[in-house]
Amino acid sequence: MSWFSKVRNAIPFIAKRETEDNLWHKCKNCQEMVFLKEFEENQSICPMCDHHGRIGATVRFVQMLDEGSWEVLEAPEVQSDPLKFKDSKKYADRMKTAMADNDYPDALTNASGTIQDHPVVMGVQEFGFMGGSMGLAVGAAFVNGVNHAIDKKCPYIIFTAAGGARMQEGILSLMQMPKATVAINQMRAAGLPYIVVLTDPTTGGVTASYAMLGDIQIAEPGALIGFAGQRVIQDTIREKLPEGFQRAEYLLDHGMIDMVVHRKDLRDKLASVIDYTMSGIKAA
Amino acid sequence: MTSYLEFEKPIAELDERISELQETADNGELDIAADLKRLQKKSERLLKSTYKSLTPWQKTQVARHPQRPHFQNYITHIFEEFEPLAGDRAFGDDQAIMGGFAKIDGRRVMVIGHEKGNTTESRIKHNFGMGKPEGYRKAIRLMELADRFHLPVVTLVDTSGAFPGIEAEERGQAEAIARSTQTCLSLHVPMVACIVGEGGSGGAVALASAERVLMYEHAVYSVISPEGCASILWRTADKASEAATAMKVTAADLKKLGVIDEIVPEPVGGAHRDHEQACVALKTAILKHLDELSGLSDSELLQARHQKFLSLGEL
Repeated sequence: MSWFSKVRNAIPFIAKRETEDNLWHKCKNCQEMVFLKEFEENQSICPMCDHHGRIGATVRFVQMLDEGSWEVLEAPEVQSDPLKFKDSKKYADRMKTAMADNDYPDALTNASGTIQDHPVVMGVQEFGFMGGSMGLAVGAAFVNGVNHAIDKKCPYIIFTAAGGARMQEGILSLMQMPKATVAINQMRAAGLPYIVVLTDPTTGGVTASYAMLGDIQIAEPGALIGFAGQRVIQDTIREKLPEGFQRAEYLLDHGMIDMVVHRKDLRDKLASVIDYTMSGIKAA
Repeated sequence: MTSYLEFEKPIAELDERISELQETADNGELDIAADLKRLQKKSERLLKSTYKSLTPWQKTQVARHPQRPHFQNYITHIFEEFEPLAGDRAFGDDQAIMGGFAKIDGRRVMVIGHEKGNTTESRIKHNFGMGKPEGYRKAIRLMELADRFHLPVVTLVDTSGAFPGIEAEERGQAEAIARSTQTCLSLHVPMVACIVGEGGSGGAVALASAERVLMYEHAVYSVISPEGCASILWRTADKASEAATAMKVTAADLKKLGVIDEIVPEPVGGAHRDHEQACVALKTAILKHLDELSGLSDSELLQARHQKFLSLGEL
């Protein structure tokens, strides 16, 4: 936002006009300007270069789940700010801002619904909420999503997007890695499929736990997926990183995921995977 | 010779004076035995008081001390026998993560841990204790072996973190860590994890998702290094000390948060000043927890481990 629009938007008696800012979308990849409406109607994929833009939970639910089939699951309550953390800013204040800027109270939200009539519980991580970072709330939402899936005897699908663990919750954020993994083990014991869709970007402790433990691993084209951040790697090895390093296609080449699926094909693909993995369970 | 840390400067100066005096006394030039004794007492007191109130950042430095005991020192002092096992059966043998059959006080266990190395040469060989995917996959293999043959698993965690490099990424560092954590959480045998030096993020969790987690008094365990946290949140690594405090990385903090079960005492001045004494305390603690767990059935063990992580940080 330019300084001018910041000032203008802050003045309450001047009506907010449809400006370049909210009419146009500039593609982060090809830098082309597209009508925002056209971009959104195209599932937030750039019509020029096919770059998959980042999308939040609500849009994802709308895109993936059958119309009218779904409802958002209430977020479980957790301790807020367990360490009373403060850096240049208080964590509690950062949270307030993040909550005000987002639809949901933390970075992982579940919905229960259907995909082409297959019942599912689906979790979506919101990169816009403090970089999608995993803290107590994300861990609790993950466990809650899995528990609902076990109750419903249906798959749990997670769309990951995160910079990693939420540092402001210190060791407790790290402990969400084993916590989510316990839930995955319970899913496994219940004989139900756990499906991961990796979206841009998924890195750090999230990748090194529930994002890599799916029975089926899907990624969106071009998504950045890795354990260590690229700057950290570059600082360690002092070499140039290879072309396409840590992108979805690179992971596919290296045997880390099953498929890279275009957003427009994702619903059909998920329905197919669910159909196969759930067929034995229905018959039982 | 102990190498002194930055904050130990007053102790270092005192010790230097003592050794100078000692030399003079040895030459028989002057009778300064009383002075010497007084200074030695003073040095001991100073060491004790310094280590009594270490800041989280100072503890981080102690935990990283190059002379701190490492995997092979623990093997020597704690276990009467060690049968090393190697390889992930897929790619290679990572020297940063070692393991094998071992006997502790007559009991057979599987021991797995990070080795940082003690000399320049061995540090390079062991990649400074930073595991690669093949290291975590070796750990998975050894844990599964222990599970099948009913051997308790003891881990010794000491890593600044898993290795951040191109080859680690292309071989699936994230998957290897995730799978190792999952294997910890699937074991039907007792598991005791010991945070002995640095518990650095995912690379530590992968070997520490146990029902009993012990931690040395001056060890640290955190989601990211204080420098890393500072450079992201404060935008300068110089604020590492503040970051270490804010993140609550010490054994006392983690005990309060319920993340660890027992704090293992270190000798005055830290484990690096007396490997043997440090190891006696750790051995006692490991045996105590193995004893307590030995009465539990397979499903009770699994249940206890699951419950521990599910309830962590709950309201």
